[in-house]
Amino acid sequence: MTVAPEKQTAAAWPVVAPPQYEGSRIPARVPTILDVPAGLRETDDIMQINFGPNHPSTHGVLRLIVDLDGETVVGLSAVIGYLHTGFEKSMESKTWWKAITYPERIDYVGYQNAELVFVLAVEKLLAIEVPEKATWMRMLLCELNRIHSHLVYLGTSALELGAVSMFWYTFRERDLIMDLSEMVAGTRMHTRYFQVGGLAEDIPPGFYPQARKFVEWMPKALDDYLGMLDRNMIWLERTKGVGVLSAEDAIALGQSGPNLRASGVDWDIRRDDTYLAYDQVDFRVPVYPEGDVYARYRVRMDEMAESVRIIRQCLDRLEQMEGQPWIADDRKVVLPPREELHTSMESLIHHFKIVTEGYRVPEGEVYTAIESPRGESGCYVVSDGGPKPWRVHFRAPSFVALEATATCMHDSLVADLIAIVGSLDAVMGDTDR
Amino acid sequence: MSSTGWERIPGFVSVKEAHGETTVTVEPAAIRDACAFARDALGFNFLVDVVAADYLGWGAKGVSGYIGSPAGRDLNTPMTQGLQSLPETKPKRFSVSYHLLALRKGAPRARLQCWIDDGESVPSVVSVWPTADWHEREQFDLMGIRFDGHPNLSRLLLEDDWEGHPLRKDYPIGGEPVRFSDAE
Repeated sequence: MTVAPEKQTAAAWPVVAPPQYEGSRIPARVPTILDVPAGLRETDDIMQINFGPNHPSTHGVLRLIVDLDGETVVGLSAVIGYLHTGFEKSMESKTWWKAITYPERIDYVGYQNAELVFVLAVEKLLAIEVPEKATWMRMLLCELNRIHSHLVYLGTSALELGAVSMFWYTFRERDLIMDLSEMVAGTRMHTRYFQVGGLAEDIPPGFYPQARKFVEWMPKALDDYLGMLDRNMIWLERTKGVGVLSAEDAIALGQSGPNLRASGVDWDIRRDDTYLAYDQVDFRVPVYPEGDVYARYRVRMDEMAESVRIIRQCLDRLEQMEGQPWIADDRKVVLPPREELHTSMESLIHHFKIVTEGYRVPEGEVYTAIESPRGESGCYVVSDGGPKPWRVHFRAPSFVALEATATCMHDSLVADLIAIVGSLDAVMGDTDR
Repeated sequence: MSSTGWERIPGFVSVKEAHGETTVTVEPAAIRDACAFARDALGFNFLVDVVAADYLGWGAKGVSGYIGSPAGRDLNTPMTQGLQSLPETKPKRFSVSYHLLALRKGAPRARLQCWIDDGESVPSVVSVWPTADWHEREQFDLMGIRFDGHPNLSRLLLEDDWEGHPLRKDYPIGGEPVRFSDAE
């Protein structure tokens, strides 16, 4: 039940669904910790168990300390940091252009989007203009990456709820996306294909037909998924009405992306705070008001279909841009073309300076935000005018999504815990950075 | 939101427009009231992020690739360029920034910023936005910023017995002590 585009623009901004339940369910003392009720705390019936950090259904290394009264979860607190690698600190000692490799490893499933947000932040400080072809290619790859990320979500969440075959189907299509990545950048994941000023290389010949094949194939695959899950009684019973988050609570807890849209808030940064060329493509923003695990699943399913539409429009535009530049012509920032190094002294000097010392980025602080597969992915960058970032900070959507676990887990059974954690779609690399 | 109209915010110090972003500096003691005002009177209903930055050694020689002299380019040291000009001085050592967003047409964003020195603290905004819980814990953990009135100010990403705050500029890099060595 997707809302038609004309209906969306006419409605009040944003569309907040009627509350799913009266009042707020955010725990009173600490917003992220569900405390065991005072009456229950004295009894011997409460069993405290550790869920994770090495449980396969925690999507990495999330540890939940769960208090159980029988099968009911009465207390919960999340412990994170098992994957903390100090990326933000490491980036301070790398030059700007070397630091681009780090964000991809932070959100290692939505890598293309994570790369984009950092590159956009540096470009904002440099005030460098990006060629049209690079913008459209970035958009295409980010949408491919969104599908990739949602496929990983769908496969693993369904796997945890018993639908094992889903995993093999989604990873089949995921492989097609990684083949496209390999074609473009040489690596299947963590491509480092976005360069400050544009793209690292021109789009290879043969990419467009291959991408077209994927675009033709993907809607059929989505139908397959729907056929397997959407009328599956077990899947429906385990997702509908589970882990409900109201629109007000989602906003108060800073939820973004599919989690926010599944709570009935009509908000998408691609449309409402547009970047790249998203204002020139036609796509719908799926919104579901239920706020439960099923709504989060439906939002992601619809988003994949919309991403396919965006990719098709990107291909239409890109195919007419044959021979256009893919990176800005700014020799103080962008590496000179390889073939010039043998003939031009100037190019050799620029190449040497950029590679050894790095380009300098004007002093200032900026924050850029994009709609990553997990929601608002932001990058706060401070430059002192030198060749290295002074401070880099990532607003990680997974980190914020996990803040909502205590609210979602209100009055749930222990079996629902797996469905809920899966539906929030947190990537632990993104959470812990 | 334009740069005007911010003067009414509690603890207002200054407002600046740069790179298309609005930065409003407020007194650290008033940050909770300023956030509540921004939410209720100005409609910034969404807290995106809380982030602190350490400016120890900002503009000094030998820090973060700055290799010039305070006078500008150091011509006597080979292989250095130096900065053509020193970066703007900062009022205090740490900045704490609150990135706000209004979920409405135009998606207005603003950055509330306050400045503190080592040992000073800022009021917690968890009572304004519950999402600030982990953001503030993370900044306490990695940067050592104290948030008064936070219900559960403990380390979040690092172990509870970790010493120091790694994102500070004076934190030693590569100085991790080895716990179980052959000497034992």
